[in-house]
Amino acid sequence: MFAEIFSIAFQFADVFAFLILAAAGLAIIFGMMGIINMAHGEFITCGIYVTVICVQHGVPLPLAQAIGALSAGLVGIVLERTIIRHLYHRPLDSILATWGISLMVTQGMLIVLGSSWQGIGTPLGSFAVGGYTFSTYRLVLFGAAVGVLIGLYLIYMRTNYGVMARATMQNADMARALGVRTQRMYAISFGLGAALAGLCGALYAPTMTLIPTMGITFIIESFVTVVVGGANVLLGTAPAGILLGVVRTILNAWYGQIAGQIGLLITVIIVIRMLPEGVSGWLSRRGG
Amino acid sequence: MGKSGRTATLCGAAIAASLAMAAAPAMAQQPIKVGLLEDVSGDIALMGKPKLNGSQLAAEEINAAGGIMGRKIELIHLDPQMDNARYQEFARRLLQRDKVDVLIGGITSASREAIRPIVNRTDVPYFYTNQYEGGVCDASTISIGAVPEQQFSTLIPWMTETFGKKVYTIAADYNFGQISAEWTRDLMKKLGGQVVGEEFIPLGVSQFGQTIQNIQRANPDWIMTLNVGASQDSFFEQAAAAKLSIPMGSSIKVMLGFEHKRFPPPALAKMHATANWFEEIDTPAATDFKKRWRAKFPNEAYINDMGYNAYTALFMYKTLVEKAKSTKKADLRKVIATGEACIDAPEGKICIDPKSQHTSHHMRLIGVNPDHSVRVIKDFGLIKPYWLGEIGCDLTKKDPKEQYTPTSLPKK
Repeated sequence: MFAEIFSIAFQFADVFAFLILAAAGLAIIFGMMGIINMAHGEFITCGIYVTVICVQHGVPLPLAQAIGALSAGLVGIVLERTIIRHLYHRPLDSILATWGISLMVTQGMLIVLGSSWQGIGTPLGSFAVGGYTFSTYRLVLFGAAVGVLIGLYLIYMRTNYGVMARATMQNADMARALGVRTQRMYAISFGLGAALAGLCGALYAPTMTLIPTMGITFIIESFVTVVVGGANVLLGTAPAGILLGVVRTILNAWYGQIAGQIGLLITVIIVIRMLPEGVSGWLSRRGG
Repeated sequence: MGKSGRTATLCGAAIAASLAMAAAPAMAQQPIKVGLLEDVSGDIALMGKPKLNGSQLAAEEINAAGGIMGRKIELIHLDPQMDNARYQEFARRLLQRDKVDVLIGGITSASREAIRPIVNRTDVPYFYTNQYEGGVCDASTISIGAVPEQQFSTLIPWMTETFGKKVYTIAADYNFGQISAEWTRDLMKKLGGQVVGEEFIPLGVSQFGQTIQNIQRANPDWIMTLNVGASQDSFFEQAAAAKLSIPMGSSIKVMLGFEHKRFPPPALAKMHATANWFEEIDTPAATDFKKRWRAKFPNEAYINDMGYNAYTALFMYKTLVEKAKSTKKADLRKVIATGEACIDAPEGKICIDPKSQHTSHHMRLIGVNPDHSVRVIKDFGLIKPYWLGEIGCDLTKKDPKEQYTPTSLPKK
């Protein structure tokens, strides 16, 4: 019995971690800047490939993962300075531009890096509970997801940057009038979002097939979570992760992955219908 | 008729004759246009690229040896990117605008079924070069890859005998996975075995925590793995990380997706498959073939069975055209009907079966070792594609253009 309960909890944690890690970067960029970043998957891929290259050159995995996340962040900042900043008041154009970047990066990687690489293998081994065996690394992923949520809370609620970033998000003109360098806020936010996407890729790199298009496998989950969560990453992403995680875990366990996938999408449709601004919009309206 | 009239006639005749003489060698030099539809980008690019390479190698070798009846092969390749709508669009473009003489390609069974009706409205023969779930009884389609009676009817009895009677199937959720799972059910029933679990996975899914647990709960003797695409292949890494160490069987793993080269050992240890080709075959003909391939494509990660089949398909086409002395589908089919449409492929002599237009193959059962080397466990020799003929498909008499499965048989 304990084994069954543990198994369900473990699977929930696993689904939750995937949703949060996949969505965090997208949520920041969307929530802070109103940019719908179609190149989100490519930041994830960037984190994955940098991590793998580092590991192949003998860098220990945790350090390689940090480098992977940082390099995605750097790429993000460069992209923001060169392309994205011209598109802040043109949301539709920004979709097109980031989608174009995504296509070029994917195809460019396919041509330069080839269609597949050998994986690096999952570390940390496994443990058994009752009749089930589990990959220990999956607990690291869950820990990282919780860590990302706590870290974001601390950054946005407890630091100077956080206060200025939130001010910029609420009213950019007023913030600028009060001396906030909003351009820099945007660059840092975009970089942070890209770095979190890179972190997601870096963390999942050991567990997956390595192909240039693998960022796409995170896309459905990340967009679904952001849509359900709404624009406020602090209020929305975690509840959205819990809601979708519960739905998916239960359906996966009872009827298999197809039901899980269908359930996920139906939940989004219902949420958009009932709460057009997502969970965070609903929460902040109740609060306000 | 006056003198000038006669001269004019003579001139006319001379011009006509000279035109005819000029046209004759020009006709002979018209290349044979081969339309290729292979996915070289997207989720299955890593399998599609060797297919394109195989066709290019075959075309190069055939052209170097004088072409087909003196005509060079011209490959026209389009990349449908695993998108079935694009498959249909590109098939129409190749057939109508480029007017290809033959259409080759398609990876997933979904893509094949998407373009089959389009090919059927033309006189162009279509070669499908993958192993697949079997059952297509269609006069336009010539299948070069292995089919279930060659892959499942060999593998499943051996797995059941060796590991036990309880199987768990995981399969990609589209026609290939569904029909292959049906074959597994059907054969297990005949063998007195039991399918203790069956899970269909949407394409593109990459997380398998729950699936792994479901398998452990069902506690099978072995797993039939029919997951498709790079995302779904993540199952192997995640199962190995969770210490799911149960023997596995498949009709597509190792020789097709070379998972044993893509995942670090021992993720694919205990995998078993039946194949007409895998790169580790070391017969003299196979070694020679691999040497030629590697000379042209030194960076190929793995020469997979799809690539190999694509290579043999062009030689099969050459043989058909030369025997028929024509590129017309009806004439090629007359050659197939004689039962003598055979070539000496790197695996050995293979022939097209007149009733089903599928190909006989030399089948071997292979197993992956803990270090991911591959061993041959059993050699089944040449196996003919007999199933369609047995259930009543005879393309020499009737062309139903249908795909049959164990539960969807032709009406008697």
